[in-house]
Amino acid sequence: MTVNIDEKELFVTKGKKSVKINIERKVRGLALGLVIPFLLLVVWEAAVRFNWLDAYVFPAPTTILQKIIELAQEGTLWGHVGITFFRVMIGFLAGTIAAVVLGSIVGYFKWFEQLMDPLIQAFRSIPSLAWVPLFILWMGIGESSKVMLIAVGVFFPIYLNIVSGIQGVDRKLIEVGKIYHFTPLQIVRRIILPASLPSFLVGLRSGVGLGWMFIVAAELMGASQGLGYLLVVGQNTYSPELIIASIILFALLGKATDSLLKALEARALKWQDNLQNQL
Amino acid sequence: MLKVKEATRTFNNGLAGFNNISFSIEEGETVGILGTSGCGKSTLLRVLSGLDQNYDGAIEIRGAGDQPIGMIFQEPRLMPWLTVKENILFGAKDEKEKQATIQEYLNLVGLSDFDAHYPKDLSGGMAQRTAIARALIGEPDVLLLDEPFSALDAFTKMQLQDLLLKIQQNRLTTMVVVTHDIDEALYLCDRIFILGGQPGTLQAELSIDVPKPRDRGDSFLAGKKAEILELLHIEKEVI
Ligand SMILES: Nc1ncnc2c1ncn2[C@@H]1O[C@H](COP(=O)(O)OP(=O)(O)OP(=O)(O)O)[C@@H](O)[C@H]1O
Ligand SMILES: [Mg+2]
Repeated sequence: MTVNIDEKELFVTKGKKSVKINIERKVRGLALGLVIPFLLLVVWEAAVRFNWLDAYVFPAPTTILQKIIELAQEGTLWGHVGITFFRVMIGFLAGTIAAVVLGSIVGYFKWFEQLMDPLIQAFRSIPSLAWVPLFILWMGIGESSKVMLIAVGVFFPIYLNIVSGIQGVDRKLIEVGKIYHFTPLQIVRRIILPASLPSFLVGLRSGVGLGWMFIVAAELMGASQGLGYLLVVGQNTYSPELIIASIILFALLGKATDSLLKALEARALKWQDNLQNQL
Repeated sequence: MLKVKEATRTFNNGLAGFNNISFSIEEGETVGILGTSGCGKSTLLRVLSGLDQNYDGAIEIRGAGDQPIGMIFQEPRLMPWLTVKENILFGAKDEKEKQATIQEYLNLVGLSDFDAHYPKDLSGGMAQRTAIARALIGEPDVLLLDEPFSALDAFTKMQLQDLLLKIQQNRLTTMVVVTHDIDEALYLCDRIFILGGQPGTLQAELSIDVPKPRDRGDSFLAGKKAEILELLHIEKEVI
């Protein structure tokens, strides 16, 4: 009897231990990844403090942090971050909607692909930044030209992924729908959409990455507020700490949106049979 | 009732598929199709199911109900984004009503503990059983089965064959079963068609006039099995 109970307890503690070990391993992995950045920061800070690096060229990490805190205390930081974020989101939304509509039709109807795809591919081969002068001529230097530029940049990766996602849907699954006499609309909604969701989400993630790239270009070319504007101000006032501070803020924002999409992806695609979902 | 008249569907310039096949199946009858690999059995089922419309000849299916045809494919073909339960209900017209019977079907195919699993977590046989439940829950008038049990162990296979027999007798479902398992054909079918050649043609037809449920060890069936083996063998020599 006692032996039996012992065995049970042994088993339970074993299970708990393995979970603990798993978490420990994860934390250790994270910590390992932080070692080199931390060392670099320390070396950097020391180099500036000991005047090996010119502080006017290469401000110390603490100076940069101070700058960010200063901006935050002044209250201007939120305005800059907010407007930049807002522009990216509106552009991203517009680009996504256009890509979803066009991509779905092109992916689903062969004739529409033959009609539209050459044109879209031709537009794709234009480097998106080349549009900048034209958009400014057409829409002025205000918000709409910036949003438009981002929308154009976001459009292509999403469009391409939607088209290839839809065209890659397994014919065998569609046949199951046909056996049940699904209407074309039901086939789209119940089979094609869920089946092409993974590649749509991949498109969203690369789209949002491009969005952050294009906002820099859009704000560099003329803005009175925004992180890109801070970059210009930093350049004109010889304050590298402001430039690096905005770069860091860009990086944080970009990382945040990407992590958000990644979490969404993991949630929506928990059915996917890939390495990540392995128990 | 299912009537096929001089149906032909070929690929590769007439070198694959099936050629000039005619037969007629009564309501409630179970027909087995045997034949070597690649002789066009799956192609024939696809044509019967309406998935492949590019055939010559005439096919007539008369059956009442809003779900005249059900099909169990050679592969499970589950929707990877749906759980086992959702997959079984996929295509059910009156999903609310079926909610009541879903548990029964889960039990029948032995998956009641796996209703919330995704296909990626199922074994091959479990996936196939899910597909079988999905086809059965729709209560079709004509059920087309393409090697439905070939991925299953002997015991589960027999259980599901019995399940199929029970459902067939309750609902008088017309069934066409493609199989490589001669015993299975002898256990389930009223008639057995033997297909052979490239493109496949109807080589022989056997009636099995033994009342169901049958005894798997029946000596009459053993005789029929020898006959079928002979036919399959002769067909090999012809090629
Ligand atoms: N869509 C297609 N295009 C071209 N050839 C095809 C097509 N579908 C089937 N075939 C050919 O038709 C032949 C018969 O295929 P089918 O799948 O019907 O064989 P089968 O009798 O079901 O074989 P198995 O017992 O191995 O499942 C094969 O040679 C195959 O290559
Ligand atoms: Mg086949």
